[in-house]
Amino acid sequence: MLWLGVAYLGALAALFLTSLWGQNSFTGEIERTWTLDNFRTLFTLEVYRTITLRTLGIAALVTVIDAVLAFPIAFYMAKVASVRVQQLLVIAVLMPLWASYLVKAYAWRGILSDGGLIDWLGTPFGIQSPGYGITATIITLSYLWLPYMILPVFAGLERLPDSLLEASADLGAPAGQTFRRVILPMAFPALVAGSIFTFSLSLGDYIAVKIVGGANQLLGNVVYDNVGAANNLPFAAAVATIPVVVMLLYLAAVRRTGALENL
Amino acid sequence: MTLSRGMRLALAVFTVLALVVVYTPLALVVLNSFNADRTFAWPPSELTLHWWEVAIGARGARDALWLSVEVAAVATVVALVLGTLAAMALSRFRFFGQNTVSLLIILPIALPGIVTGIALNNAFRTIFAWELGFLTIVVAHATFCIVTVFNNVQARMRRMGGNLEEASMDLGAGGFTTFRLVTFPMLRSALLAGALLAFGLSFDEIVVTTFTAGTQQQTLPLWIFNNLFRPNQAPVVNVVAAVLVVVSIVPIYFAQRLSGSHNEGLTGAR
Amino acid sequence: MSKMTVLAGACALGLVLAGCGTTSETGGGGDGGGTTGPQTGARFTPPDVPMQKSLGASEDQVNILAWPGYAEDGSTDPKVDWVTPFEKETGCKANVKYFGTSDEAVTLMKTGDYDVVSASGDASLRLIAAGDVAPVNTDLVPNYKDIQPWLKDRAWNSVNGQMYGVPHGWGANLLMWRTDKVKTAPTSWGAVFEKSPPYAGAVTAYDSPIYIADAALYLMKTQPDLGIKNPYALDDKQLQASIDLLKTQRKNISEYWSDYLKEVQAFKTGNTVIGTTWQVIANLAESEKVPVKATLPEEGATGWSDTWMVGADAKNPNCAYRWMDWIAGPQVQAQVAEYFGEAPANPKACDYTTDKNFCTTYHADDKAYSEKIWYWTTPIEQCLDGRTDATCADYGRWTQAWTEVKG
Repeated sequence: MLWLGVAYLGALAALFLTSLWGQNSFTGEIERTWTLDNFRTLFTLEVYRTITLRTLGIAALVTVIDAVLAFPIAFYMAKVASVRVQQLLVIAVLMPLWASYLVKAYAWRGILSDGGLIDWLGTPFGIQSPGYGITATIITLSYLWLPYMILPVFAGLERLPDSLLEASADLGAPAGQTFRRVILPMAFPALVAGSIFTFSLSLGDYIAVKIVGGANQLLGNVVYDNVGAANNLPFAAAVATIPVVVMLLYLAAVRRTGALENL
Repeated sequence: MTLSRGMRLALAVFTVLALVVVYTPLALVVLNSFNADRTFAWPPSELTLHWWEVAIGARGARDALWLSVEVAAVATVVALVLGTLAAMALSRFRFFGQNTVSLLIILPIALPGIVTGIALNNAFRTIFAWELGFLTIVVAHATFCIVTVFNNVQARMRRMGGNLEEASMDLGAGGFTTFRLVTFPMLRSALLAGALLAFGLSFDEIVVTTFTAGTQQQTLPLWIFNNLFRPNQAPVVNVVAAVLVVVSIVPIYFAQRLSGSHNEGLTGAR
Repeated sequence: MSKMTVLAGACALGLVLAGCGTTSETGGGGDGGGTTGPQTGARFTPPDVPMQKSLGASEDQVNILAWPGYAEDGSTDPKVDWVTPFEKETGCKANVKYFGTSDEAVTLMKTGDYDVVSASGDASLRLIAAGDVAPVNTDLVPNYKDIQPWLKDRAWNSVNGQMYGVPHGWGANLLMWRTDKVKTAPTSWGAVFEKSPPYAGAVTAYDSPIYIADAALYLMKTQPDLGIKNPYALDDKQLQASIDLLKTQRKNISEYWSDYLKEVQAFKTGNTVIGTTWQVIANLAESEKVPVKATLPEEGATGWSDTWMVGADAKNPNCAYRWMDWIAGPQVQAQVAEYFGEAPANPKACDYTTDKNFCTTYHADDKAYSEKIWYWTTPIEQCLDGRTDATCADYGRWTQAWTEVKG
């Protein structure tokens, strides 16, 4: 506990302290002069608002896509498949997690490129690869985080006693209604738990977007560029407050749904 | 609720399709490891075993792999110890800020990696004046690995209740004996699940590692990052990745067998 | 003691530590803040970093921070390797790290983990001012005497007559295009700046704020009434004009590049068909059977003049000096220059190049030609073109502008 408190929280606090400092742009040294300039720039320049909205939008979209994709799969695994198949499916879902994130993103770069797999498969149908850009980023991120959504939902659905579903059917509810009234509410915390991962991972991602995102930049890129290339840690820290605040708000909102128990 | 056959079939088909899409990029990676073209033109015009030969001799990859395994192992052990302690402490003692604490605990995983990375980097270099190296990577990884262990153990402990332990103490067993003979066996599968997930998270971690590794250390993801765009090395990266995916079946399968047939262990369910 | 108090205490402790930490690492350079223009000859006082007096025994390794292509060890192309012979001759094992932009180089040098770095003009003075590099004792580098005299004691590699590095080579940023996708060979930078080119969505540009200078250079020739005399000296109006031009270009960009191999790949798949490049990238693309050509457009070009510098906290200074001497030698200079496609700093290299016309093609001996390239320089407030009636945008402003451009 102390470890988390001191090492982690302390490090975070230190970081956000630097966001209040300035930087000498010639030498790149941090000047310990208290200033709100960093935040002022952040809020007044339109481009940062654009980037923030773009990042939030992508994160939300990725979360929704993953939720929609994961649910049927998790449902099948939890309720429909036989025990043997279920075991195989769990392995099948977990295995891609061990393939390096970078390699997967890079594989998508190849698939999405001009003349890559999508073009190759799609030409008879007139389908073209979306190329590098926002669409590609959304596709790749959804792909990368899908297992993180499937697992908690699967765990949550497994917990759902079959007897409840049978009872609902016995009481005369058609499948759709059982789904809406019984399954979804009980699986909701698990979905939210999964969404914490997909949302936060997308919010801070800067690598995948560099690989398949074309000329676009997300919040993570702005932070990374300012830490690395521009060596402007104070400004990077200021930008970093945005995803932190967003996630804190998200977590606080989500606490009530009991999702935190489902991680 | 019995689903109609049509529904069951639809679900099965959907799952299969989804898995096909999930594995296509991975298959592509494997295929490209045989691709004679260094920049992976599609479709591959020529197949070759050349890269596999090179990969076997590639010392950089082997060193990186070994370092990753070491880091992940140590981080997992630290996470196991600290996570269990934290979970036990939290479930034994009731206090009103409990929800806040559980919020704080998942912060390392909930906050974007880059924030954690630069915060830790800044702290290591300026506050603690440590040199970036093996230790700093382990500390960074352990910080978010603790969370997975903690969650699994906490969930299990909630299910267990305290009765068995109380009974054991009443029968005269000391604290440590109780832990050894009563608590630990019941926690075992949760610990295993947490450990497996922690190991996997640490093994594939790139963002935080970028900021907390010294110049001499290259974990496998860092090695991949540095070599993905080098013409003569990129195919080797594919080989390494292909091997990793295939080899990972072993620990996952193994863990599944150990944790019982309901997969509760692996997914930390219940 | 309840857990909450413990936690609160930990947080408080963390904040206190935070206050003590993150110190500004001023390398003693008191006026590192208000540094003035190097090009105009105004002086700044670099921090006092000791210079190596004599060469001792080699350490067992050296950490090199280099532009890709400058320190090849056979991993890109087994036939291209001048690092392994260096290791054999000196016993210094070379650990090479590549960077994509000067900004990355400056940041990495600050960590103190690298012994020697190949710095372009837009990094060198920043490194000197911050005390991250040491003055170089040229007596310890035997090959230094052969370096072109007009590359020594220049504004970007020396301060107050003291050399801070060993010149490596220089070259220009070129325009590259796919000969099969771009029908008419371009002769002007207008090809990447025009509003609706036929290859919209397939243009590329260098991903660094310093690229703004390329836009300024184009405006210098095409919009003379803006009054731009030096693409690194831009007042607000001129900077805004450059930004607007770049924003127009942004609509046609497929990807910005800082990883040179990613650019090769993009050209190969055809996702990019035209854009800024280095000669080494064009060479690599051609070796990958990609039909490309590169040219120096009529408006002229920005470029780089690189210097090897020794880290102030170098752990392996003797090996660092030995590396600088090695890379300045005629045979190695010939190898690097031909591989990368730049003019070597050591004219004796011209005797060793495989292409006998190499030095002529690259104007290696042509001082006048070299002066025509606008080398990467860090923009500062005091206008580098000598204007005293205006303030120019400094590099921090350029960095912000670059984020705006990318959008």
